[in-house]
Amino acid sequence: MPGSPASDSPERTLLAVKGLSLSFGGIEALSLVDLQAREGSITGVIGPNGAGKTSLLNCISGFYRPSAGKVLLDGEDVTALPADRRAAMGIARTFQNTALFEGMTVLDNIKLGAHARLRTGIVGAMAFTPAARREELELRYEVEREVIDFLEIEHLRRRTVGSLSYGLQKRVDLARALAMRPRVLLLDEPVAGMNEEETEDMARFVLDIQEERGVTVVLIEHDMGVVMDLCERVTVLSFGERIAEGTPADVQGDPGVVRAYLGEAAR
Amino acid sequence: MLIGNYKETYASDEAVFRTPAARWWMAALGCAAVAYPFVAGDYLLYLATLMGVLALAALGLNVLIGFTGQISLGHAAFMGVGSYVTAILATRLGLPFWLSVPAGGLAACAAGMVVGAPSLRIKGLYLAIATLAAQVIFEWVFTNWTSVTGGIRGINVPPARVWGVALDGDVKVYFLVEALVAVHYLLAANLRRSRWGRAFVAVRDRDIAAEIVGVNIFRTKIVAFMVSSYYAGIAGGLWVYFMKVVTPENFPLSLSIQFLAIVVVGGLGSIPGTLLGTVFMTLVPEVLKLATGLVRAAWPEAQSYLFPLRDVVFGTLIVVFLIFEPKGLVEMWNRLRRFFALWPFEK
Amino acid sequence: MSDGLVHLLQLLASGVVTGGIYALVAMGFVVVYKATRVINFATGEFMMLGAFFAWTAMVGLRAPFAVALAGAVAAAALVGVATERIVLRPLLGQRTISVIMVTIGLAAIFRGAAQIAWSGEYRSFPPIFPRAPIELGPVILPSRQFYPFLIAVAAIALVGLGFRFTRTGTAMRATADDEAAAFAMGIDIRRVYAISWSLSAMTAAVAGVVVGILGGISPQLGAIGLRTFPVVILGGLDSIPGALVGGVVIGVLENLAGGYVDPLLDGASVKEVVPFAVLVLVLMIRPYGLFGTREVERL
Repeated sequence: MPGSPASDSPERTLLAVKGLSLSFGGIEALSLVDLQAREGSITGVIGPNGAGKTSLLNCISGFYRPSAGKVLLDGEDVTALPADRRAAMGIARTFQNTALFEGMTVLDNIKLGAHARLRTGIVGAMAFTPAARREELELRYEVEREVIDFLEIEHLRRRTVGSLSYGLQKRVDLARALAMRPRVLLLDEPVAGMNEEETEDMARFVLDIQEERGVTVVLIEHDMGVVMDLCERVTVLSFGERIAEGTPADVQGDPGVVRAYLGEAAR
Repeated sequence: MLIGNYKETYASDEAVFRTPAARWWMAALGCAAVAYPFVAGDYLLYLATLMGVLALAALGLNVLIGFTGQISLGHAAFMGVGSYVTAILATRLGLPFWLSVPAGGLAACAAGMVVGAPSLRIKGLYLAIATLAAQVIFEWVFTNWTSVTGGIRGINVPPARVWGVALDGDVKVYFLVEALVAVHYLLAANLRRSRWGRAFVAVRDRDIAAEIVGVNIFRTKIVAFMVSSYYAGIAGGLWVYFMKVVTPENFPLSLSIQFLAIVVVGGLGSIPGTLLGTVFMTLVPEVLKLATGLVRAAWPEAQSYLFPLRDVVFGTLIVVFLIFEPKGLVEMWNRLRRFFALWPFEK
Repeated sequence: MSDGLVHLLQLLASGVVTGGIYALVAMGFVVVYKATRVINFATGEFMMLGAFFAWTAMVGLRAPFAVALAGAVAAAALVGVATERIVLRPLLGQRTISVIMVTIGLAAIFRGAAQIAWSGEYRSFPPIFPRAPIELGPVILPSRQFYPFLIAVAAIALVGLGFRFTRTGTAMRATADDEAAAFAMGIDIRRVYAISWSLSAMTAAVAGVVVGILGGISPQLGAIGLRTFPVVILGGLDSIPGALVGGVVIGVLENLAGGYVDPLLDGASVKEVVPFAVLVLVLMIRPYGLFGTREVERL
């Protein structure tokens, strides 16, 4: 929804993670991780492979249950809520491998993002009552205006997602997340595998989402250029622990971060 | 040949039949269906009515398996629930068919909720096994709860009455059945386009991602299961007025498997495919019967091989289609259409 | 010893014996699921084929029982390998539902083919074991039940130990646990699959012979396969000891129900339905069974 530009937002933490720990049968994927994302900002999460970045997103979106710690959305503890409830409350995410629904067209995939917001019951849907018709058409208008137009994917509406290139699939993944009208958008490597042009497009979209809609963005990325350009603050993970947090400039110079990426031998 | 299909409003883009060709085909099919009983003989009329009932039940199963990716080995049992409830309400309470048949559907729907609730919470193939349990348990109840179901002898039902006119002619039953089939096929088409249809397919394709996007997986699966059972129940209710009698032998495991075959061969997830699959699978035994009858002169025991041959043919069809044509007959039909769209120019 | 106690002991003993045989049938499912995560709905039909092969060897070729059994096992292994190659390999990577349905189709094919080859008549094995019933204290077990039970236990032990202590068995367990890792370690996954299917067919064949001795042979013999699902679920889909425990529990419960509840009903018998009621309970309370491993998903 249209919100005030980021710089006007009050200093309010919309998404917070406190003391989050996650283990899988003996392996500590995350260990006492903290994260704060100011409302309307873009926060980066970086770290070498296996650091636990995707696990962190999975805990925030509700796919994993942490063994300790809390996830707070606008001050409210959502740690015990299932993923679909968190989605309804405004937490959306994209996936590393896009996780699009291959059996549906692009348009249907995007419309699905709105599922939690719609009210039509099964009987109404089957009978296609006037109320059902109205809701479906309104959804169509809204999706066209706010998502398809914005992400410039009009020509893809009726294509099956399997036939799309990787870059376009990532855009549809983003479109689906936007259809959820999120307050918090978690992006898992949004520009992975993209060439320079596609990366610039995606970065522009992310900025627009943050500036025009006031969405709080948390993004995992390996592309340091993108992280430095877009992020207000960056959190660095390594082996499941937070080893640094600050502005991109702070983090870039942090010796601990350099070591984590290049290994001990690089010291 | 359609080159472009351009719509000027979102409303027309969202319609069920989006091309003039589709609308013409539907109209033609409708006319053929109406004219059919007046040109077909008794046996062909019987076959067409039977196919209608089976196509209705099979569509429910396709909603469950094709749309939502869940498996049921007990579809026949739910049909049985619908049949028995309809028969009991018609005979014990004297309810007219327009109440007893929907009641059968709703009873089957409720049974679906009862069976689905424990088994849809767990991933994997457990639903298949739970529905198998339901099939066995329901069959046992049909046979042994003699006071209610009439046991092995079953229940005999008088013909339906519409505004005082008894639907005792085969033609009238045919129209009743086919009308309801048409309505329910339209309902399924609406379903597919709706918010629920999308949720079903999402659960089928990637249920974890679906949950993260906001779909309550358990609720979606249960609703799919209940819709599927409802279709089976309505088909069961119609069966009662078609056959005039209900017995426990009408709903064995092999019928559940036959529905599976119909859905697989016709095309998983395809609504017209279900119809194709039903017609095909109903005609196969008829063709076999004809074939064994023809060779009877040279090979007298051929007829005794009819049942096992049916098993072999059904099984082979399932296997062959799953390996070579997983999208079913409907895909073969689409390929044919695409080929002729450009014929005689090559693709 | 009072009559009531003897009756109970008799029911328990019969239950254990039947349970052992159920366990053998259940193992056919477990072996395949352990390695490939597929529930083979044609397991019952593999059993039926094994029984027919053994019967043909004994009656048609006048082979002694041990030879006929070995022959049936070998023939079943071939059928298992052929099935894996022709029908299942093309479906590698497809949805599990598709594979399940293929096995259902296969079951129908085997059933029909058996009826065409051997006709639908009921056959019985010629007498194999000594006729005298076995007396264990106050309990009497018909020889028809007792010796097959011994065979079942032997087979289960063999397979269980094989999984534990042979290299092939370890390879199979590794593949079931983490296919990619097993592959990376140099395990030939396709060979493991082929072995799993043939092993499953072999255990099913032995189970089929056992069931055939007990109740006669016909193309419908495979129906018992589906009736063993409660055992498999109770024990855990991927646990061999689970199959054993599950089998005995179901066998005993079935017999107790038959012994105590049936006389109260008029003509009806709850024996066939009790295992499935148990199945429903297990699914509600502890779906992975007594010994099954809970599956963890990764996104």
